[in-house]
Amino acid sequence: MTDAAAPGKEEVRVGAAPIDWIPIVLTATVALAALPLVGSFSTWVTLTVAGLAMGMMIFIMASGLTLVFGLMDVINFGHGVFISVGAYVSLLVLWPLSGWVNSPSVALNVGVFLLCILLSMAATGLFGWAFERVIVRPVYGQHLKQILVTMGGLIVVEQLIHVFWGPSPITIALPESFRGAIALGPGMVAERYRLIAVAVGLVVLIAMLVILNRTRIGLLVRAGVENPEMVEALGYHIRRLFVGVFVAGSALAGLGGVLWGFYQQTLTAGMGLQVLVLIFIVVIIGGLGSIGGCFIGSLLVALVANYTAFLEPKIALVSNIGLMLIVLLWRPRGLYPVAGH
Amino acid sequence: MSDALLTLEGVHTHIGRYHILQGVDLVVPRGGFTILLGRNGAGKTTTLRTIMGLWRASQGTIRFAGADVTARPTPDIASAGIAYVPENMSIFSGLTVRENLVLAARAGPLQAGKLERIFSLFPALERFYGLAAGALSGGQKQMLSIARALIEPRDLILIDEPTKGLAPAIVTNMIRAFREVKKAGATVLLVEQNFMAARMLGDTVAVMDDGRIVHHGAMAELAADHALQHRLLGLHLDTHQ
Amino acid sequence: MLARILSRDYPRSRPLTLVLVLILFGLAFAPFVFTGSQPLNVAAKICVFVLLVAAYDLLLGYTGIVSFAHTMFFGIGGYGAAIALARLGPTWEALGLGIVSALVVAGLLALVIGLFSLRVRAIFFAMITLAVASAFAVLASQLSGFTGGEDGLNYQIPEVLRPAFRLLENPVLGTNVNGRIITYYLVFFVALAAFLVMLRIVNSPFGRVLQAIRENDFRAEALGYPVVVYRSIASVVSAVMAALAGIVLALWLRYTGPDTTLSFSIMIDVLLMVVIGGMGTLYGAVIGATLMIIAENYLQVLMGRLGEVSKGVPLLSALFSADRWLLWLGILFILSVYFFPEGVVGKLRALALGRRTETSAGER
Repeated sequence: MTDAAAPGKEEVRVGAAPIDWIPIVLTATVALAALPLVGSFSTWVTLTVAGLAMGMMIFIMASGLTLVFGLMDVINFGHGVFISVGAYVSLLVLWPLSGWVNSPSVALNVGVFLLCILLSMAATGLFGWAFERVIVRPVYGQHLKQILVTMGGLIVVEQLIHVFWGPSPITIALPESFRGAIALGPGMVAERYRLIAVAVGLVVLIAMLVILNRTRIGLLVRAGVENPEMVEALGYHIRRLFVGVFVAGSALAGLGGVLWGFYQQTLTAGMGLQVLVLIFIVVIIGGLGSIGGCFIGSLLVALVANYTAFLEPKIALVSNIGLMLIVLLWRPRGLYPVAGH
Repeated sequence: MSDALLTLEGVHTHIGRYHILQGVDLVVPRGGFTILLGRNGAGKTTTLRTIMGLWRASQGTIRFAGADVTARPTPDIASAGIAYVPENMSIFSGLTVRENLVLAARAGPLQAGKLERIFSLFPALERFYGLAAGALSGGQKQMLSIARALIEPRDLILIDEPTKGLAPAIVTNMIRAFREVKKAGATVLLVEQNFMAARMLGDTVAVMDDGRIVHHGAMAELAADHALQHRLLGLHLDTHQ
Repeated sequence: MLARILSRDYPRSRPLTLVLVLILFGLAFAPFVFTGSQPLNVAAKICVFVLLVAAYDLLLGYTGIVSFAHTMFFGIGGYGAAIALARLGPTWEALGLGIVSALVVAGLLALVIGLFSLRVRAIFFAMITLAVASAFAVLASQLSGFTGGEDGLNYQIPEVLRPAFRLLENPVLGTNVNGRIITYYLVFFVALAAFLVMLRIVNSPFGRVLQAIRENDFRAEALGYPVVVYRSIASVVSAVMAALAGIVLALWLRYTGPDTTLSFSIMIDVLLMVVIGGMGTLYGAVIGATLMIIAENYLQVLMGRLGEVSKGVPLLSALFSADRWLLWLGILFILSVYFFPEGVVGKLRALALGRRTETSAGER
């Protein structure tokens, strides 16, 4: 409060809501800097589209985790398993409706895609509600036990997937009209499904921004991330809010699982844990609890992963770890640190 | 004690292994300002936080408007009609001034009349209405924090050291605002280190030391009794005028 | 004498002392007491895991931070010895080089991870170790020219340690003292010595600071102890000990691969052993590792039978198939964390303490 002690300053503190542009510019710079390294413009476009698609999917899956952490200081190591469950639940639609998947009709293709998403989100949302009650609630406020128990939950559910769907990987096919690529320009192609993933990601992002900025619930979530105690002191039950966010975050992880499953076209029970590793890197880079940071972090991680996979496949594996270390050296609390965390 | 709005009886609070409140007995009468005085670490902030349920009393009873609220969850205590302005202001800096007020006005949309009253008390808030609260100055943040407590009629407002660290001119403004609030008939429990401000606003006063209330009485009485002030607060009034 | 060896940290419960002594003697005389290679394998595995789990307890139980990279350090030890022996031949020099480089790499890596992730919040450590460990596991399977990939590495060990080597002409107590038994005792004594060293560490002033940090890191920092430094050192010690466990395992198995060192299910095993034995007791590592490894070797067979018996019933057979071992471990793990967080050692000590206060109350 040193600035308050200077009376003259009282009147001059005017400006727009402070947005930190540096990480955004950085992400764009990374993308542009990759262009001369990649060499060919059309390859660069392909890689960038792939990176954006992957980034959008990671963002969808990571957003729930970061909000849950921000709101209640709960780090859910079980979050990854919602991704697996979401992907596997889509099989309940894909297997009986394989005719729709392979039909040339765009309407049927979109229909089966939407059905997968709806069913998976409903299932993972419900599952998230149960997970919160059974696994997370008893160890609320105890970080050590939280990590242990949620990780235990991940193992158990992963094994249950093996029990229900068998241990071997399951391949799934994209709906007929989602396959292949479309030309963006001379010599430039982008896979259709990647563009669809980007579109779905944008819809989720916009919906999330509208909810967070234009509704009372959204205001409460943002306020709660910053100062949960004060939200309670204003008379709101943060627990209920938290359960709601947990369920929504789980449903988003389920949606991400469906998208990721189609992207990989192979489902394994362990896919969630694999993605969870990326998600952790993303939320650490972005700043735990920050939605904006989560978005920028997702794009940054996915773009770097795609560029390095093309340039030097051997180091692609560790590129994300390297990226995380660099960011932490620069900003130890992540790109967009959240007050109080 | 029909006029007692809030009563604390033998309240003990532990934080970790520290025994902070050691049997606080306090009565806040309906209407007017009750000032809580005491040196740093006497337990004033802990008293307010315990009333709000942010820290739990390990022993004793807290009654508000006749009901036992000792074990109620914080949101229920707030809904029962207590507003809280914490020491560190705790405004939501990522939200705009407007959004901060929207959340504080629990009933629904902000009503123009209520807003006008707030703006007449704190004109700066009108000017920065659409601005992120984090961009406000320290004094403006404090005003916003108080405005959040005033936007809805509340039976009791707990305010923790609102003048701490503020420039004298702003303190004067704030005292003026508090007088308006007082005129409107609000009940306020105010923690205040600044004895001048406390004397100007207070009707009753309680002095804390080592987790207990060591003096309880009318403000006028304490203000007139220099020896008592010296004993309780260790201050000479002359140096504070 | 005993007080010095145990650093004055006694089991503090009579049944616990009895069980520990039983385990100690069982392991010390395993080659002469049991016949066949299976029990000796179990005994050697127990030694390795006591060391591995105790090293983990140093972190989880005493320092209060969760690492998911413990098996990575275990693997660094295993692969360090394995790569040196496979590339440079089965000589003591090669082994020595492998050991030194593995310990140094493990320590340095732990230091870097610690300094990066413990600076801000302890919770970062859990997340970052998970990320680094999984990247390491992928890396190990990708660099197959170096590590043997998914197949792992088979190699020969120095001659004295090979089964064909005979130390004595005649059998002792009906057992031929061959290189296999020498290796066993190497494993046993390394584990024992390292365990006692860790016991010394946790009972030293350094160990007490760690526990103070675990209880309240803000206070420890305020008292002038640099929390990050202490936690990082603990993580380095734990990593080096885990690497040591990996080295002796590599010697015992003469094989190192992802499944024996890096796999995530080993991480879960270690977690379960620490929790069941009792966090923050070190003796819990002995109990937890012994219990779990015996269970894994004998109960898993039983479970496989259950799975076969219930073959007709679709879901049941899947639940009880031997492949679903991890499912039951996971459930057991969650239940232990909820209902049995003090573990066997904590429980026994609490009982002993209760009895002691009871008798002293009676005397009054």
